[in-house]
Amino acid sequence: MSALSFQNLDVWFGDGHDRVDAVRNASFEVAPGESFGLVGESGSGKSTILRALTGLAPHWSGEMRVEGRALGHRRDRAFYKKVQMVFQDPYASLHPRQSVDQVLSESLHLHGFRDIEPRIERLLDDVGLGPAFRFRFPHQLSGGQRQRVAIARALAPEPSILLLDEPTSALDVSVQAEILNLLTDLRTEHRLTFLMVSHDLAVVAHMCERIAVMQAGEIVEVMGVDEMRAMRPSHPYTRTLLEASLGYRRKPSPAGPG
Amino acid sequence: MTDLLDVKDLWVRFPTRTGVFDAVRGVSFRLGRERLGIVGESGSGKSMTGRAILRLIRPPGQVEAAHIRLDGENLLDKTEAQMRKIRGERISMVMQDPKFSLNPVMTVGEQLIEAYRLHARGGKAQARVKALEMLEAVSIRDPERVMRAYPHEMSGGMGQRIMIAMMLLPDPDLLIADEPTSALDVSVQGQVLQILDRLVQDRGMGLVFISHDLNLVAQFCDRVLIMYAGRVVETCEAARLHEASHPYTRGLLNSLPRFDAPQGRLEVLRRDPAWAETPSVGPDP
Repeated sequence: MSALSFQNLDVWFGDGHDRVDAVRNASFEVAPGESFGLVGESGSGKSTILRALTGLAPHWSGEMRVEGRALGHRRDRAFYKKVQMVFQDPYASLHPRQSVDQVLSESLHLHGFRDIEPRIERLLDDVGLGPAFRFRFPHQLSGGQRQRVAIARALAPEPSILLLDEPTSALDVSVQAEILNLLTDLRTEHRLTFLMVSHDLAVVAHMCERIAVMQAGEIVEVMGVDEMRAMRPSHPYTRTLLEASLGYRRKPSPAGPG
Repeated sequence: MTDLLDVKDLWVRFPTRTGVFDAVRGVSFRLGRERLGIVGESGSGKSMTGRAILRLIRPPGQVEAAHIRLDGENLLDKTEAQMRKIRGERISMVMQDPKFSLNPVMTVGEQLIEAYRLHARGGKAQARVKALEMLEAVSIRDPERVMRAYPHEMSGGMGQRIMIAMMLLPDPDLLIADEPTSALDVSVQGQVLQILDRLVQDRGMGLVFISHDLNLVAQFCDRVLIMYAGRVVETCEAARLHEASHPYTRGLLNSLPRFDAPQGRLEVLRRDPAWAETPSVGPDP
């Protein structure tokens, strides 16, 4: 049974003349323990799939299943206990007036845990922050530390599936390496399934086993990471995207070298 | 031949409650008609260096330098009125996010025409022709329509190209581009770089390209300064960036995930306090 399954998913915003079809007829499966990547340019619908799954995009049709259970239009607590999300911008996703302790204990409390004290300590330890950070506020933390808190919050209900929406694109490369290593470790330790959105193909190649390439709301190709590294795409758009991502190549100037 | 830009011993300081914070500490470099990349992490002082050249650091921030010479003239001796003429006309700056640098209540055309007429004498009709030409030069397909549009009707890539068109209208000698493509998709990024590249090659413009993206700078620029904690820790030919020797540069390069080969874990940068203490390197002899 797949951890996540999407069949003919359509997601749209607005209606009538203003209707925008953000995702069209998307189908893919994510196996338990797998790390699956969604790539594409901005506006291609990759984040919208995550938002539809978590109930943040209300207008959708098709079928979404989590561990075999079909989702309706409302999400219950059991869903959020299984699926958690880490957002792109750690500067925006934490409440500026809540301490790390408040952030984590609220999440633990909502999911009905009693032993909040030891759990907070373990969560902080899990994400490599240690007890000294427990009573800090977001403005007293660096970008990388904030993202660690956001990851700890996502881990609080002991989910089996983690949705990662560009988790390192707001961070410096040295901090990105730390966070990606942390995510890799947590995935092994907690046997997590990842569904990761990123525009950085090197990051996705590092983290994911299979990758879906999206263009204008449609999945044009699902490929294995080895095929991607070997530059063996089957769809022309994927080729364009891969080549553009590999960097800038100077076109000879008509006026000759200056 | 004198250098287009010659910066010597540049300091940018901000007084804070806990004492003076040095954002840029003794940076020196020279620039000819070439593409100079400045790379570093957030807080390394790379943007502040760019702003200091244009004297855009507002009080209480302070800029000090032995000199900042543009074609031999020291910019630090200029009055504010003279500086205003230099900004745009001689040196232009493109910022990271077009959403914040275009005026939301003026059409693109009005803004372009204004930019041109502030610096060049000439009628509105001539300014309009120039603006259209420049939009075409930055690969905008339907310039007439774009002239009538408001910034919110433009995508990020279009906005950034419009910004570049506006900055280039007065035909500057030097362009400072602060993360000009960071907010853009890879395909659009390629187009914007293509435009900048052409301008350097065809017009002989100097370019300071500020970025956090090491691979991009290695591919796009001629020379690179690597900044750490307000200092230049290393300078090298861009094409040889991957052979850089400073442990900070090496650490940054090694922490990047690689596309071509799988790695088990990414290398984590170990910071050495000594890096922040050694004096800036450069300019090249």
